[in-house]
Amino acid sequence: MSYIGILVTYIFVNNFILVKFMGICPFIGVSKNSSSAIGMGVAVTFVTSVTSVVCWMVYYGLLAPFGLEYLRTISFILVIAAMVQLVEMVIRKFSPSLYKALGIYLPLITTNCAVLGIAIINIDSGYNLLESFVAGAAAGLGFTMAIILMSNIREKLELTPVRKTFKGVPITFISAGIMALAFMAFDSSLLTNLGLV
Amino acid sequence: MKNSHLKELTKGIWKENPIFVIMLGMCPTLAVSTQVSNALGMGLGVVFVLTLSNIFISLLKKVIPDSIRIPSYIVIIASFVTILEMLMHAYMPSLYDALGIYLSLIVVNCVILGRAEAFANKNSILDSALDGIGMGLGFTLGLTIIALIREVLGSGTITLFAIGGWDGVIRIPGLASTPIRVVGMSAGALLVMGLLKAFFTWKDSKKGEEK
Repeated sequence: MSYIGILVTYIFVNNFILVKFMGICPFIGVSKNSSSAIGMGVAVTFVTSVTSVVCWMVYYGLLAPFGLEYLRTISFILVIAAMVQLVEMVIRKFSPSLYKALGIYLPLITTNCAVLGIAIINIDSGYNLLESFVAGAAAGLGFTMAIILMSNIREKLELTPVRKTFKGVPITFISAGIMALAFMAFDSSLLTNLGLV
Repeated sequence: MKNSHLKELTKGIWKENPIFVIMLGMCPTLAVSTQVSNALGMGLGVVFVLTLSNIFISLLKKVIPDSIRIPSYIVIIASFVTILEMLMHAYMPSLYDALGIYLSLIVVNCVILGRAEAFANKNSILDSALDGIGMGLGFTLGLTIIALIREVLGSGTITLFAIGGWDGVIRIPGLASTPIRVVGMSAGALLVMGLLKAFFTWKDSKKGEEK
């Protein structure tokens, strides 16, 4: 698959939140206002891109030559935890306000399914190093797009009368569902029609 | 005394149900709930990992230094997930294929890390084990309810495990030929989850009024 094909696949066709449901926790938790949504999106995109590359190197450089493929899950999660720690330190140094806004959700990127998910998908799909990087970045961008759209919807929802029982999380899920309906327009035939396969 | 142990076991199943009340572990919940059999398999996997990791973390709570406890918990959890993957690959290959990547993603299921952090590192081994079983069963229950709704409406069938000559699929007359496809798709998962959450909020508010 071409690089543009991979980008379109992970941003639109297999959007991590709306189609694969990876990273739903921060998606619901941090999407209350758009500035923290953008921050979260950028942090996740950075982490997914870097971990995709590092996990690929760990898998093909360390695990595969020694027949240790079964240690994949453990080693990947350790790589991710280390990378998240690094990102946390960098953000704290350069943007204390963003650090405050992301608060509790920054360490939670470690347990964001999207990050481990894309690392495993890269290996399962047999991507090479550059393809893994593109897939990681695309997955992060797809996440960012979904979370920014959602935060805008939620800012509007604040001002709309919503039934008491649906306020908060339920209406968020339902809005996300309607967004996912719209995203059903992007299916794999799109890739074939655009000649990207 | 015995009563309090029982409470650790039962609180996770309904009163503190991880899916509907504390809203943890959403990713696998939504993704795997297309078929009842997948939901049951995933639930059993989570019970297995959650119970064993709770026991181990409770055993090691004095040994693990406070500052690196989260990475240590993740390594313990990842080890059990790897064991689970190997067992399932060996003995239940069809379920292993159906769950796919979501099986490895049990590692980052917030329910498990959440219970380790909130319960197992403070309580005794027995209580932690019971808490793990209870929370795991609560997770399975929630997951199965969502899967049941989605499969019945979305494809008009209930898929259980094949036993002997029976293929394990119950077909519901009327719905099997004209199902509401969208419920089975990804959009349907989010809609069903939103409606269920609203239902639980409504039930809680009624209970509050009665008091």
